[in-house]
Amino acid sequence: MVNTKVELCGIELDNPVIPASGTFGFGYEFAELYDINCLGTFSFKGTTKEPRFGNPTPRIAECESGMINAVGLQNPGVEAVINEELPKLKKCFSKPVMANVSGFSVEEYAYTCELLDAQEQVGWLEVNVSCPNVHGGGMSFGTSPEAAAQVTKAVKAVTKKPVIIKLSPNVTDIVSIAKACEQAGADGVSLINTLLGMRIDLKTRKPVIANKMGGFSGAAIKPVALRMVYQVSEAVDIPIVGMGGISNVRDVVEMIMAGATAVEIGAANLVNPYACKEIIEQLPEVMEQYGIKNLNEIKGCAHNG
Amino acid sequence: MNRGIYTVKENRALTDSVFLMKLEGDTSSITAPGQFINISLDGFYLRRPISICDYDDKEITIIYKTVGEGTLAMSRLAAGAELDVLCGLGNGFNVAKCGEKPVLIGGGVGIPPLYNLCKKLISLGKNVTVILGFNTNSEIFYKDEFSALGADVIVTTVDGSCGVKGFVTDALINIDYDYFYTCGPMPMFRAIEKTASAGGQYSFEERMGCGFGACMGCSCKTKYGNKRICKDGPVLDREEIVW
Repeated sequence: MVNTKVELCGIELDNPVIPASGTFGFGYEFAELYDINCLGTFSFKGTTKEPRFGNPTPRIAECESGMINAVGLQNPGVEAVINEELPKLKKCFSKPVMANVSGFSVEEYAYTCELLDAQEQVGWLEVNVSCPNVHGGGMSFGTSPEAAAQVTKAVKAVTKKPVIIKLSPNVTDIVSIAKACEQAGADGVSLINTLLGMRIDLKTRKPVIANKMGGFSGAAIKPVALRMVYQVSEAVDIPIVGMGGISNVRDVVEMIMAGATAVEIGAANLVNPYACKEIIEQLPEVMEQYGIKNLNEIKGCAHNG
Repeated sequence: MNRGIYTVKENRALTDSVFLMKLEGDTSSITAPGQFINISLDGFYLRRPISICDYDDKEITIIYKTVGEGTLAMSRLAAGAELDVLCGLGNGFNVAKCGEKPVLIGGGVGIPPLYNLCKKLISLGKNVTVILGFNTNSEIFYKDEFSALGADVIVTTVDGSCGVKGFVTDALINIDYDYFYTCGPMPMFRAIEKTASAGGQYSFEERMGCGFGACMGCSCKTKYGNKRICKDGPVLDREEIVW
């Protein structure tokens, strides 16, 4: 018997598989398809202080082994999330959920996190300082160590729950930003958010995405994500949630070997709504195949020797 | 919605760029005409959402246009090929609102989802008129199939090479109807919105990520809040649409 359990910032997960924010809504579309309690947890749709419609359409473009999205943090706002989405979620998900938060000022991040901190269902706060699709916010906080640390401190001051800072790969040195978050009190970091990308339509001679650019995700970005998780895990002692292009069980194991404690799975859910369920079901068999009894024994093993 | 492996039973050209494919598999999750399926193709990351033209208890008919590399690859599939499909997506048309003399207005590759709708309306004893709009004679498909269902069929062509010369609205102004259903390109929708004298339903198209409501890739604003074309649509009621 293999053990798939992992501990993320003091909370035990039955397995390390976490659907990533923005690919799993607030869970119900998937709860119609399978019992989502099989998940380690999931990170719900990026939530802001005010409701947001997001960017104009088209918001989606296909790429080789991936996709670009420029949704732009569409969400009903934190009050509606608390009053409408969380009660609905309670009916189909009994585990602690990861609350994903975004903002346009340090105060906004703190405001939203404080409200979500009071919610019993919320296990972790995943603070997104890396959304590439909104101007004047999001990623700008994640592109400088000082700004990322400032958001981390502000959020830590208003919550007792573990705070995981979601980092952008669109920076010159992700390690320095991860370190700054750790020093500012972050309980964990999650990486990578999407890579800024673009497609152009040959017929219209214009960008496919109305917002021109968007976040590139999917299988194609896995080597970049893996490299960044590996680099960050050499530099920080807090847990890392690894993500970026994970599409199957071997990718999960690979990410843990690079140093991740748990993994998030994003675009794969959109292509195959059963992706996370299938990966969880196949995990024990693949662990046995590679002689892994416990995921903790392989965490960061790629760094040895 | 269900996910399954569907077998291509038939895949043939109706015109230079429009193809008909029959897929054998589970159709139990289809609840209304105007829903769509989302097809996974080897070598392409995202699925291709295609409206359901017709279905029975074991087979789905789709009609699609080759607009890019994905649909071109689809057009080359031979009978016997197996496809990973998400079936029964979207809300579909609301048949209950149809009145007594509904008109179905299709533009080009927007025509297919109206076929099963037409079948359902005729089985309900309604007097159905169908307006099929094309650019030119060589693009016409499914005219006879709609006639065979018992509908009054009017064809319009922009160049006048068949039927009424002009747009679907040039035919719409001359007929008697108490409700409409439409699917086609946005310029056609805008023309219908200016012309139509009754309530109706529009079936929209948008670039989608997932097709089942998870990614928010295809959102639009309506009078009743934000809706996802893939999950809350593709069919929207005339009175809720923000133009």
